Amino acid sequence: VDDRAYLTPGTVQRIEEELRSFRQLARARVVFLIDRNGQLLGQAGDSAGVDTTALAALTASNIAASRAIAELMGEQEFSGVFHEGDSDHLFICVAGSEAILLVLFDAQTSIGLVRLRVKKTAQRLAELFEAGELAETEEKTLSPFAEITEEDIDQLFR
Amino acid sequence: MSFINYSSREINCKIVYYGPGLCGKTTNLQYIYQKTNPDNRGKMISLATETERTLFFDFLPLALGTIRGFKVRFHLYTVPGQVFYDASRKLILRGADGVVFVADSQVDRLEANVESLENLRVNLAEHGFDLDTIPLTLQFNKRDLGDIAPVEELNGLLNTRGVPAFTCTATTGEGVFDTLKDIAKQVVLELKKKG
Repeated sequence: VDDRAYLTPGTVQRIEEELRSFRQLARARVVFLIDRNGQLLGQAGDSAGVDTTALAALTASNIAASRAIAELMGEQEFSGVFHEGDSDHLFICVAGSEAILLVLFDAQTSIGLVRLRVKKTAQRLAELFEAGELAETEEKTLSPFAEITEEDIDQLFR
Repeated sequence: MSFINYSSREINCKIVYYGPGLCGKTTNLQYIYQKTNPDNRGKMISLATETERTLFFDFLPLALGTIRGFKVRFHLYTVPGQVFYDASRKLILRGADGVVFVADSQVDRLEANVESLENLRVNLAEHGFDLDTIPLTLQFNKRDLGDIAPVEELNGLLNTRGVPAFTCTATTGEGVFDTLKDIAKQVVLELKKKG
């Protein structure tokens, strides 16, 4: 089973447009789109100084743990998780079965507005993934891995 | 499902270090972290208890280089080995591209190894993976200790599939990179197979 999806430049552009539009409407500082396995898929806003690789891995694990807790409580999933800080806050929201939105915001906006806007964005992104638009067969034929040699792999460790 | 990004030309592969409690999974990652050029690795994150037992996972991102113009990154995870953390272990296996099974070579841990390997099979199956086909490397750790089982015995017990197995002393680093290289190779060759 091929369990990989292919993010083409066109899809990445659409994702980034959605994220930019959300950030503006919700007046959030930064928004990240992360896949459920912990890979960063896109972002909008200034993330300077943030270790985004670690952030993505921890967010995915956080959501995985929340989901497992939800199942213990008889819920299918908690669709949103809120972390309140002194000045900065986080809202994490699932976007379909494959992705997660992480929103960083401060006093420029409110949890109510973030929640309202993030739901619609999450839905649109989930639809984008579920429509199968990510797996474009033409792009797949360009896979760089088809021609890989053992020498290419050995080179990684030199 | 994981994503191959044609826009930024990068791919992330997830490798999970699995094995019974105190077998040396975290020590493997710590050694890799210490010996890797800081330009090629991110921060190592350990979610551990106050007594330094893994509570949820350790995470170490490595960016080793490019293959055919694609940046290949390996995200290394460990699971908590203690039996009662099974729910957490299961979560970490999601989206795994390859598994390193770290066995404790000590004779009195043989049963714990077998139980952990069986637990790996069950937890992989929950994510739709098969222990008999997923990229897998075995590591027989703690070869520096006394009262250890011979390699043949460990192979007979744990390596029915006949995958590559490496002897290791993770505290000194012996065998750590051999193990990592082998699983990385298997994972990338699997990508090739998928085209």
